[in-house]
Amino acid sequence: MRILVCVKRVPAPGAKINITADGRAVDTAHLGFTTSPHEECAVEEAVQIAEAHGGEVTVLTLGPAEAEEQLRYAASVGAHSLVLVPIEEVDWDPQRTAAALTATISGIEAAEGAFDLLLFGNESADAGGFQVGVRVAHALGRPIVNGIKGIDVGDGSVTARREIDGGFEVYEVPTPAVLGVKEGINLPRYPTMKGRLASKKAALVTIEQSTEAGGQLRERLHRPVEQVSETVILGEGPEAAAAVVDVLEELGVLA
Amino acid sequence: MTMLVLCDHDRGTLADASLEALTFGRDLAAAAGVSCEAVVIGKGAEGAVGQLAAYGAAVVHLASHDVLTDFGPEAWGETLAQLVASCGASVVTACGTDRGNEVLAQLAARLDEPFVANCREVDPSGDTWSLTRVQWGGSLLEDATLTADHKIVSVAHHVVEAAPASEPAAGTVAAFSPDLDASLARTVVTDRVVLSRGITLSTAPVVVGGGRGVGSAEAFAPLEELAAELGGVVGCSRAVTNNGWRPHSDQVGQTGTRIAPQVYIASGISGAIQHWVGAMASKHILAINTDREANIVTRADWAVIADLHKVIPAITEEIRRRRG
Ligand SMILES: Cc1cc2nc3c(=O)[nH]c(=O)nc-3n(C[C@H](O)[C@H](O)[C@H](O)COP(=O)(O)OP(=O)(O)OC[C@H]3O[C@@H](n4cnc5c(N)ncnc54)[C@H](O)[C@@H]3O)c2cc1C
Repeated sequence: MRILVCVKRVPAPGAKINITADGRAVDTAHLGFTTSPHEECAVEEAVQIAEAHGGEVTVLTLGPAEAEEQLRYAASVGAHSLVLVPIEEVDWDPQRTAAALTATISGIEAAEGAFDLLLFGNESADAGGFQVGVRVAHALGRPIVNGIKGIDVGDGSVTARREIDGGFEVYEVPTPAVLGVKEGINLPRYPTMKGRLASKKAALVTIEQSTEAGGQLRERLHRPVEQVSETVILGEGPEAAAAVVDVLEELGVLA
Repeated sequence: MTMLVLCDHDRGTLADASLEALTFGRDLAAAAGVSCEAVVIGKGAEGAVGQLAAYGAAVVHLASHDVLTDFGPEAWGETLAQLVASCGASVVTACGTDRGNEVLAQLAARLDEPFVANCREVDPSGDTWSLTRVQWGGSLLEDATLTADHKIVSVAHHVVEAAPASEPAAGTVAAFSPDLDASLARTVVTDRVVLSRGITLSTAPVVVGGGRGVGSAEAFAPLEELAAELGGVVGCSRAVTNNGWRPHSDQVGQTGTRIAPQVYIASGISGAIQHWVGAMASKHILAINTDREANIVTRADWAVIADLHKVIPAITEEIRRRRG
């Protein structure tokens, strides 16, 4: 199986997200970065499929030059080839991103053969546009289903499970297929020392794309207004249990 | 001019999210000076017409086709694209659920138009719209503009309170038969599996949450006991799922489940924003944490500043004592 996974580098904020003075981006001065969680699971899923059925995993990202860090991480957990589409801006809008990814995937496929499976995260953790995978699949004329939390590879098709409240829906999608994956599909492995060393040597190809901006334009980021409430401290040890149960009784959850 | 509101239903019963979309769409249509029309796809939709009219749908488009036996993102997106062309719609909206966002993305890809997901506010005056949308699952807001011939936007779930229109609209039924290629069945649901009919994390009246501070899978046993005592369920943070202590289905947060219990007892959880967005709809929050400065403590209604391993069993014991 030839599998390609599209991932996004995102900041990893803790208790609060700060915004730059011009209001246009997350202030990342004191932040680390990570792979958007759904995509981290997509990489793990691809590696597991390749381990079980044989095959190669390519990981592609559109992002700043520093996104090499996330590509190398993917290699450290088992991805074979890495592709970076570098951008100067903080982020590209969804249409522009999808057009660049489509062009890049088409280019790779023309040179090296078609992928059987393309995996995307259901949505990126930061911008959350909910559409890049769908646009790429449509442009390539391939089926796509989002929200996938289980994949079984068959002969000429994949069985995909999508979580709904209290159960799941099943899809039988012919390959070549595209799936939007959600966190929880697996528990991503941690890189081994050997994996880390190997990732430094993994081949990384940089492919420039110049696609046009789409119709959605970001103006400003801001934090939602929050109601601040006083916290009542009920105690500093197990003796607070009586006060806690008083509260639970008042709330009517003891019935 | 027409706005289409995509409404989702289960054998004629409308999803709450669809009523939110219609409530939002009705006001947006009025502000944009277009007529508000609903579209429901697949079998059994006739039963929803009365309610759709009550919520402001001047026309209800009932789309049916052999391929539309069940949900299918491509078939639904293609149906919507053909309906947009046939009724000359200039605006399309839906609730920003998994399905709503997916189908609108399919539509946008087919029309080669932008799609703005999870809006909270939309100002439709002028050719270019101004809107505020959700980023980071709700931790951050983005002001953006939208320039397009067809404006496609979803409204973030739980932002609008669903309410019927002050006066019911006509709800004139218009049958629509799209021309769908049989190949679109490739992404139609083939089977459904029901896992639980009991209370789930998203519907539980009480959630007892545990974070890294719990320390191990085994140490969740006292949390299970307390949850059982309160008729609730156990939830957890991503640190816990990453450690393999609990399944991902227990995770509360941006990439987990959004909870809205009467009370959320959050123990050994720091309250990172990605956790907080999943917990903030809780009516009340009680934090148990050794760190008085933890984000979850400052945002909670009540807190106990102590070791959860001592406090949780003491609470369970106190409940049992009072019950006798
Ligand atoms: C894109 C993205 C998405 C994410 N999505 C999610 C998500 O959906 N859900 C989620 O939860 N996280 C999510 N995270 C992770 C999040 O940022 C935090 O890392 C995580 O929530 C921390 O979990 P925690 O609070 O259990 O651990 P920590 O932050 O380590 O906090 C542990 C807390 O336990 C307290 N403690 C320790 N020992 C005890 C004790 N004996 N008694 C009482 N208190 C004790 C400590 O004081 C501390 O406050 C996401 C991160 C990213 C980057």
